[in-house]
Amino acid sequence: MPAVQETVDRVRRIDVDQYRYGFETLIDSEKAPKGLSEDIVKFISGKKNEPAWMLEWRLEAYRRWLTMREPTWARVDYPRIDYQDIYYYAAPKPKKSVSSLDEIDPEILKTYEKLGIPLREVAVLEGVEPKPSESDPPARKIAVDAVFDSVSVATTFKAELKKAGVIFMPISEAIREHPELVQKYLGSVVPTSDNFYATLNSAVFSDGSFVYVPPGVRCPMELSTYFRINERNTGQFERTLIIADKGSYVSYLEGCTAPQRDENQLHAAVVELVALDDAEIKYSTVQNWYPGNSEGVGGIYNFVTKRGDCRGANSKISWTQVETGSAITWKYPSCILRGDNSRGEFYSIAISNGFQQVDSGTKMIHLGRNTTSRIISKGIAAGKSQNTYRGLVTAHRKATGARNFTACDSLLIGDKCGAHTVPYIEAKNSSATFEHEATTSKISEDVLFYCVQRGLSQEEAVGLVVNGFVKDVLQQLPMEFAVEAQKLISISLEGSVG
Amino acid sequence: MPLLEVKDLKVRVEEREILHGLTLTVNEGEVHAIMGPNGSGKSTLSHVIAGKPGYEVTDGQILFKGEDLLEMAPEERAAKGVFLAFQYPVEIPGVATMNFLRTALNAQRKARGESEYSTPDFLKKVREVSKSLNIPQDMLKRGVNVGFSGGEKKRNEVLQMALFEPSLCILDEMDSGLDIDALRIAADGVNALRSPKRSMVVITHYQRLLNYIVPDVVHVMSRGKVVKTGNKELALELEASGYAQFEDAA
Repeated sequence: MPAVQETVDRVRRIDVDQYRYGFETLIDSEKAPKGLSEDIVKFISGKKNEPAWMLEWRLEAYRRWLTMREPTWARVDYPRIDYQDIYYYAAPKPKKSVSSLDEIDPEILKTYEKLGIPLREVAVLEGVEPKPSESDPPARKIAVDAVFDSVSVATTFKAELKKAGVIFMPISEAIREHPELVQKYLGSVVPTSDNFYATLNSAVFSDGSFVYVPPGVRCPMELSTYFRINERNTGQFERTLIIADKGSYVSYLEGCTAPQRDENQLHAAVVELVALDDAEIKYSTVQNWYPGNSEGVGGIYNFVTKRGDCRGANSKISWTQVETGSAITWKYPSCILRGDNSRGEFYSIAISNGFQQVDSGTKMIHLGRNTTSRIISKGIAAGKSQNTYRGLVTAHRKATGARNFTACDSLLIGDKCGAHTVPYIEAKNSSATFEHEATTSKISEDVLFYCVQRGLSQEEAVGLVVNGFVKDVLQQLPMEFAVEAQKLISISLEGSVG
Repeated sequence: MPLLEVKDLKVRVEEREILHGLTLTVNEGEVHAIMGPNGSGKSTLSHVIAGKPGYEVTDGQILFKGEDLLEMAPEERAAKGVFLAFQYPVEIPGVATMNFLRTALNAQRKARGESEYSTPDFLKKVREVSKSLNIPQDMLKRGVNVGFSGGEKKRNEVLQMALFEPSLCILDEMDSGLDIDALRIAADGVNALRSPKRSMVVITHYQRLLNYIVPDVVHVMSRGKVVKTGNKELALELEASGYAQFEDAA
């Protein structure tokens, strides 16, 4: 049987068992009533003890949202979402205030342990002074903010970060403790009126991470947020805000998983990044939401707005994403290159298998002079999936000397899947230089046969070829993540060949 | 002792029979040449032995060390010691040659129940072998066959042959696309690997290659069968008189 035929057959038999994070955690939780109304928005705001200005901000977004329509331009197809049939708030049953590991629900701790988020990191909690014996720094630290359904359950290494002046905390806390920063920057990159999902998020977001790196500080460790959806019928709407003040640097990692369920769950997050003069933000995502089963039932609808504003001169924002999960992905991490000489980067690996639909890409909006951007996108489609790269590169009138380089490569495995590239390019300044390269290829039977003749199994051969294909992007990830991502890629493609 | 026994092999590709009952026995340590015009089925034979998908064996048998080769997946055949040097080695972008060699060698060792090579041991082995073949280290850092010249691609095949230490090497049109110097280098590499424990099947159109790799046995293939078998003189005879005389024999 020709390898491609075998590939197709195997893909047909893909089993949900492949998704290794599909377990459910049984804990008591508190939910708001189903559906969305001003009362629900008030309920969420009240749960968080938010100041009046925050509630006002949310309500404005909510009223705006009522007038908006879901976008339909993406190459994705799904039944109408009933927004009144979703829980907008779910939280593990409250413990008054969590001040040590013992007070967090052990089931939740177990969940993160299973997901590979080591307890060692969770061991140092907010407000707890590390004992002297614990203060010896481990070889390499990653501070973690763990978000479980709608709330942040733990943030590690807070004290140590505080010493460096870095603020890393749940955004719900930041609203109370650093209102001046939040008020100044929240919605300044993705305004409440931006788009249907972002506006919905603005109304109902319940938690997420907040980072502020003061001028001249190089954040002493990687920061990371780990999102987990657990509850049924629950939407997750997290909000992340990262501000790198003048001359600072921060590297931030984001990971996501969810249990496998028959229903579709909505995830509509907003991430805003602000880089001031000479600052740099590196934002990496390994997205592994539940993709649905072999029949295309279940899976996360991932409608996410991520945008970075290179607000200052010589600033830099770099997005790196490895997208393997979600039934539907609608996501375009973008850079607004406002500051002169600022730079935006987008490195992406998007893998789709089974019935997954991916419509993802980026926007590079050149406003300042001598701004540069680089886009490297690698799409891999297997099974019956559809994988679309959609990218916008624009240079505005004042963007003298703007430069962009774009390379979009697609790899097809089998003959039931599709890869599409939709670039939009606009230059209103004649000095702009935009380059666009695109390729689409298949893993040929000849390549597979060459590899198996040398002793590799079909699966190993595909893994090797795919890893070679995505190498340029994997190299952009922080080392710990690169290893995880590489594993994830082979898991995602498991069963895609014979 | 026979290493490879092909018995009355009939093979189809998309409803068309290419091999019409081919029989061939290669003993341990022997070098056999298979010559024949285009379309006589030489490459089909090499592909079927190695297990390339797309061929349907309708009759006959292939035994390797007495075991039924056709029952094995291609990677199992590789682990058992079947090596095919490709006429057109493929390019694998982004996969460093070194990484490829290591992954393949360890996969074979694992399949045989042997321990996998550690990185230092592997590097040592590759350095030794590549040095003996005059392969620069820099070539090993590049993507598998990416941007390699014809000669480099063939040398990379010989390098793998040396590294995997197979008991049967099938060289499919090794001379195609090589100038005379590149051919000599590749052939020297192959000759260095001749051993009483290793058999080779050299597939070629031209006698030229056999000046460098001197065979013990020469077979002439025509229309999907072996029509004549002889010693190395047979190759010279063919070079002088051409294949036409065998067209009717088939």
